[in-house]
Amino acid sequence: MMPTRASSATGVMVEIPWEELRGIVGDPYLKPADREDAVVGVQPQMVVAPGNENEVAATLKWADQNGLGVVPRGGGTKMDWGNPPIRADLVLSTARLNRVLEHEWADLTVSVEAGVTVEQLQSTLAAHGQRLAIDPLFPERATIGGILSTNDSGTLRLRFGALRDLIIGITIALSDGTIAKSGGKVVKNVAGYDLPKLLTGAFGTLGVITRAVFRLHPLPRLRRSFTFGFESVKQGNELLLAIQASKLAHTALQVRASGEGKCELDVRFAGAETGLDAQSATVRSLAGSGRESGDSMGVWDSLQKLWVDAENCVIAKFSVQPTEIAATCERFKRTTDAGTIGWRAVIQGTGLGWMRLDASDSAALDVVLRDLRNQIQTFVVLRRPATLAEFDVWGATGDSFPLMLALKQQFDPNGTLNRGRFLGGI
Amino acid sequence: MDERILKQFRAIVGDRGVISSPEELHTYECDGLTNFRVMPLAVVLPTSTEEVQGIVRICYRERIPFVSRGSGTGLSGGALPVENGIVISLARMNRILEVDLPNARVVVQPGVINLDVTGRIMSEDYFYAPDPSSQSVCSIGGNVAENSGGAHCLKYGFTTTHVVGLEVVLSDGSIVHLGGKTLDTPGYDLLGVFVGSEGTLGVATQVILRIVKKPECIRTLLAAFDSTNGAGAAVSEIIAAGMLPAAIEMMDNLAIQAAEAAVHANYPACGGLLLVELDGPTTEVETLMDQVDEICRKCGSWEVRVAQTDAERAVVWKGRKAAFAAVGRISPNYIVQDGVIPRTALPRIMDEIVRLSGEAGLRVANVFHAGDGNLHPLVLYDARIDGQEKSAEALATRILELCVEAGGSITGEHGVGEEKKQMMSKMFAEPDLETMQRVRCAFDPLQLSNPTKVFPRTRLCGEKPGRYEPHPLEVAGIAERF
Repeated sequence: MMPTRASSATGVMVEIPWEELRGIVGDPYLKPADREDAVVGVQPQMVVAPGNENEVAATLKWADQNGLGVVPRGGGTKMDWGNPPIRADLVLSTARLNRVLEHEWADLTVSVEAGVTVEQLQSTLAAHGQRLAIDPLFPERATIGGILSTNDSGTLRLRFGALRDLIIGITIALSDGTIAKSGGKVVKNVAGYDLPKLLTGAFGTLGVITRAVFRLHPLPRLRRSFTFGFESVKQGNELLLAIQASKLAHTALQVRASGEGKCELDVRFAGAETGLDAQSATVRSLAGSGRESGDSMGVWDSLQKLWVDAENCVIAKFSVQPTEIAATCERFKRTTDAGTIGWRAVIQGTGLGWMRLDASDSAALDVVLRDLRNQIQTFVVLRRPATLAEFDVWGATGDSFPLMLALKQQFDPNGTLNRGRFLGGI
Repeated sequence: MDERILKQFRAIVGDRGVISSPEELHTYECDGLTNFRVMPLAVVLPTSTEEVQGIVRICYRERIPFVSRGSGTGLSGGALPVENGIVISLARMNRILEVDLPNARVVVQPGVINLDVTGRIMSEDYFYAPDPSSQSVCSIGGNVAENSGGAHCLKYGFTTTHVVGLEVVLSDGSIVHLGGKTLDTPGYDLLGVFVGSEGTLGVATQVILRIVKKPECIRTLLAAFDSTNGAGAAVSEIIAAGMLPAAIEMMDNLAIQAAEAAVHANYPACGGLLLVELDGPTTEVETLMDQVDEICRKCGSWEVRVAQTDAERAVVWKGRKAAFAAVGRISPNYIVQDGVIPRTALPRIMDEIVRLSGEAGLRVANVFHAGDGNLHPLVLYDARIDGQEKSAEALATRILELCVEAGGSITGEHGVGEEKKQMMSKMFAEPDLETMQRVRCAFDPLQLSNPTKVFPRTRLCGEKPGRYEPHPLEVAGIAERF
């Protein structure tokens, strides 16, 4: 293969010495990129799959010294999230970092490499009746490094917290080749800065996560789930607040709403038989006029279902206070009423929600999106059709943005990692 | 301190907001870790964010290092003044600003006392979960700095789990907002890295807390064992049975004696006392409590009691929470340690502590959060006896080394502060520490905010990162990088 040419920062064409990288990772693990490897429309040249964290660090250092742009990738399920990269020469795949290193089941912890899929990890943990208490998107393909970097969370967050609350240790490779760890293998630990939290949700812009350690929870004994239907989101929101203010020990709670005006509330419990009976009675009495539907266990992948046949849709994540859920849906309704735009949303009891906009008219979609982005403080567009006008999908920056820039400067001064993809063009 | 600068401080906080006479400054020369003392140049007591900003701006302009201080109950010297620096006391910023029950949020100033948050919302059946033993006096701002834990963090998580937003004055005087009332603000999780940064990244001036609904039922069980190992075996069985108690605490004989002497908790006299608290829906708690009871008896407990009323529970907890101070009743001096081990290493480490204690000829009382492996060995000594303080320090250090070797941590909730900064090199390799310091350089490039704490040495923010050297424990094959 011929060395590929790239323009350096000075505008002079220079040759990229790919053979050096081949020397670091071994011949079979450096391949030309194809169209499937494009990142939000930007075509990289090569895909590299380092075999261990030393190779990850060496790859990053090499890329950094050669002025290349690197895009880390796990299962590739969320590569269309974020802004287009300013520079993407090389995709760094963590596919070969695929070992569950230590499942210390008696200590309820696990140490795992970044390229392990969520499903692979959960099935290992289930052998000892345990789990990582998360239910993120696309578990069969999504990797630990990927869900951490994108801060993905699902319905269990209400009870067990987000990934930031479950991760207890991390190893990262920085663009200068440093390998650093923070946190540890014990749940309780305040020694040094909490880099596991800093790296969670950093969208791969500070370093590449190579390992993580998590605290675990026992698998639930029994589960029971209920769905109540309402004529308005307002009623659903009221029940959601009533359940939150009750002494029920629910493990998931969500409201589903759509442009058609109706609304469903789903609530799930886990525990022993007797406890479940008592809680079932309580939640039914709270639900009042809500129509209980029969089978409710199937509703918990509603979030992932937003992604089905969504090529030409907008999918956004938003965050509001639980008391604002109905008003937020009302806003969706008002904004979309004028045109031919359909919407549906899944909103958790935490106030985190995901919504999808379906429209054939991209000009109308532009207008709706602009309104929603202006009106809802945290409104991050995860998926959008290529026909839409460019905008920062993360929304406006706040007064802490200069600090974020300073952090990026400290961790990745040359902008090697995922440059341009994060908030404010970080 | 230079009268010119004192005058500037007074212009912001008034005459009564500045302390500069040596007699009054003595109060501030240490925190809960009393064997380290440094006299500050002055103590400034702001009452608002704007006043904090004004003070910090002066510090920035004049390059004066500052240490923020809440109630001064910290046990690692985090609020210890630094040479030629001032102390910013947040004690007068003690208002609860907002209570929002439907959204489970409370907004407070940093000087608010931990227990007062729960006090304000308990009539509505809510509580603020992090409960360090000092909760009746320690401040929320201090909890944020140290990422304080407490007995109930086994189930509910630490301060960092319960702080959702902060207003912070950075060392250059700028005001930033991290997180907020809603979750997942886009951008880096600066909130996550700020909580627990021990005052080194800035001064928190407003805190948004998450509060929790009180569970339907709370039951506390006491079980007496012949030894801590028997109690430890019961803990393992409880966890293996798939339970997540709200708290699991353990005390050894010496700690029980001390607690009895101080607060008469009416604990059974035994070698290892286990305290297990379960909470949740009543029927569930009652079923699980029966299982815990059975497990304890199976593991050799000869007396199991369940606290029947809130008053009984309160007495049980009072003994546990008073344990540190109570040790003062049985020893003139003592060192409190805060090491963490993987819980399964408990029997081995306990045996080792007993052996080391015998070798050193010093008594060690053990109080610990058994559910999460957080040990609090209290090394007892008499400072009047020549050389005993030194051997007590050596023993305490050795115990922490044991924790690190077992794959644990040098501190579970007290912080590194001044006390354990040299121990950081035993737990982390140079690139780990250097990487953490990059965060510091982004927040506080001049290193004015609580400098010289946490890290074994200060990194100049222009300094080039060093080359990777294998960690001593890695070379020895004891630890892996994680």
